Amino acid sequence: MARIEFLSVTKTRSIDGKMYNVLDDVSVAIEEGTILAIGGPSGAGKSTMLRLVNRLESATSGNVLLDGVDVSTIDPIELRRKVGMVFQLPSLFPLTIQENLTYGPRLRGVDPSSLEAKVREVLDMVDLPDLSPGRSAGELSVGQQQRVAIARTLMNEPEVLLMDEPTSALDPTTSKSILKLVCDIKSKYGITVLFVSHSLEHSRLVGDRFLLIVDGKVIEESDIEAFFRGPQTELGRKFLAGELK
Amino acid sequence: MEYISLSYTSLGIAVLFIVSAMAVSFRYRLGLEKDLAVGAVRAFVQLTAIGYVLQLLFVSEKWYYVAIMLAIMLAAAVKNAVARQSVQPKGMFTTLGISIFVGSALTTAVVIGIILRVKPWYSPRYLIPLAGSILGNSMTGAALALNRLRSDITHRKPEVEAALALGATSRQAVMPMIRDALKSAMLPSISSLMVVGIVHLPGMMAGQIIAGAYPVDAVKYQLMVVYMIAAAVAITSMMVVYLATNLFFTPDHMLKIEALGST
Ligand SMILES: Nc1ncnc2c1ncn2[C@@H]1O[C@H](COP(=O)(O)OP(=O)(O)O)[C@@H](O)[C@H]1O
Ligand SMILES: [Mg+2]
Repeated sequence: MARIEFLSVTKTRSIDGKMYNVLDDVSVAIEEGTILAIGGPSGAGKSTMLRLVNRLESATSGNVLLDGVDVSTIDPIELRRKVGMVFQLPSLFPLTIQENLTYGPRLRGVDPSSLEAKVREVLDMVDLPDLSPGRSAGELSVGQQQRVAIARTLMNEPEVLLMDEPTSALDPTTSKSILKLVCDIKSKYGITVLFVSHSLEHSRLVGDRFLLIVDGKVIEESDIEAFFRGPQTELGRKFLAGELK
Repeated sequence: MEYISLSYTSLGIAVLFIVSAMAVSFRYRLGLEKDLAVGAVRAFVQLTAIGYVLQLLFVSEKWYYVAIMLAIMLAAAVKNAVARQSVQPKGMFTTLGISIFVGSALTTAVVIGIILRVKPWYSPRYLIPLAGSILGNSMTGAALALNRLRSDITHRKPEVEAALALGATSRQAVMPMIRDALKSAMLPSISSLMVVGIVHLPGMMAGQIIAGAYPVDAVKYQLMVVYMIAAAVAITSMMVVYLATNLFFTPDHMLKIEALGST
């Protein structure tokens, strides 16, 4: 079980010496086992939203709740094991696939030789059943690397998955297969997913709900199909028409 | 054994060396004449001043004068190491100060107290040149280690954040960069172990020989010196990389972006 809630979250950052609300009074709830697709122009604060959930950054005011508990009261190490994150670039360690996959459990002192079955399971899950775990991660294509990065996160058995434009460095075919993978992961493990994408098409393919954020403010939050049928706001219509960049 | 004492008149002839360097600069229009002149004067003033200070220390043989001198040398070493950093986050002075102090003090104490058994321990004739050599090398090692660590964390930020996001502590997340920083700090003292005596005769050994020491005695001293430098550099840079984690991360294992800079 894992429900995420943002309660009046504001994040202030100094940019070129001026204080700036990167997130401005954001409130939104993400129900357990659903995928929230987050869209908005570049610089809107999408990445910042995700980074507040696993405490790579801290909110200036307001609260982010995980199952009703303020994340700022949870030990960050514990929190990040429960809340996995996948970035735009795979960011694999310059090690073997096996060592990348067992990194999380090894931090907790788990003996990697006890993890062989688990490694096979996550590699199957990300559609890389034939990959030899002894290979060096650097030899893989970017698409394969991104799958391994997702698998590496799954090794921690997270309850929440934060995905920050995981498809934007990939070609269309590879992107599609990653999107399908995200849906599979959600239905198999019942994980709650926050999925940031600059592609409306990608958002629509994976999302249950859609959040539009512009200049740090929540503009719309609705059922994904409802948004695509007819946004409730002027900014929403503009965004759907591709007029906001 | 007596050695040839240098008079100021004879030293005046040595000024011709500077003049000849200036001639090269003039001939090729390097524009370095002024720097050479200023450098020569500064060297004269600085060395003469330190000469009188040391003379004073040697005559008075008071432990607290020696201690004050060591404190000034330590402060200068720390200031220099700080100045060599391209980004200067809050707390850096403390990090470098503690590291250089601990690395140098430990090594100096072993050399003075256990290896040479100098009596009294504060005898400036031993303590000042040995501590000076240790401090200088600790300073360089500390500066190298910290610069390298910061620039590696900056370049490999995606990897560091991926590790943090998997539940690594800040120290676990930067362990690969810590190892590289330590290596780059320790390599110069290791390569000097490799070439000492082949490529150059170190200044301390040359000085001892001129002052009348037997070459074999001077060699033993020099060996102690290169060994102690290797240890001082290793201890200091290890302290630096461990303390530096607090410069670049909050206690909650978040990267402090502003402490990293752009390169
Ligand atoms: N490390 C940082 N330092 C300073 N400003 C930043 C940093 N990261 C992001 N920003 C700024 O914060 C705002 C929101 O960024 P971000 O959340 O990354 O937006 P998005 O992911 O929607 O493109 C932008 O104006 C961006 O320039
Ligand atoms: Mg972003």
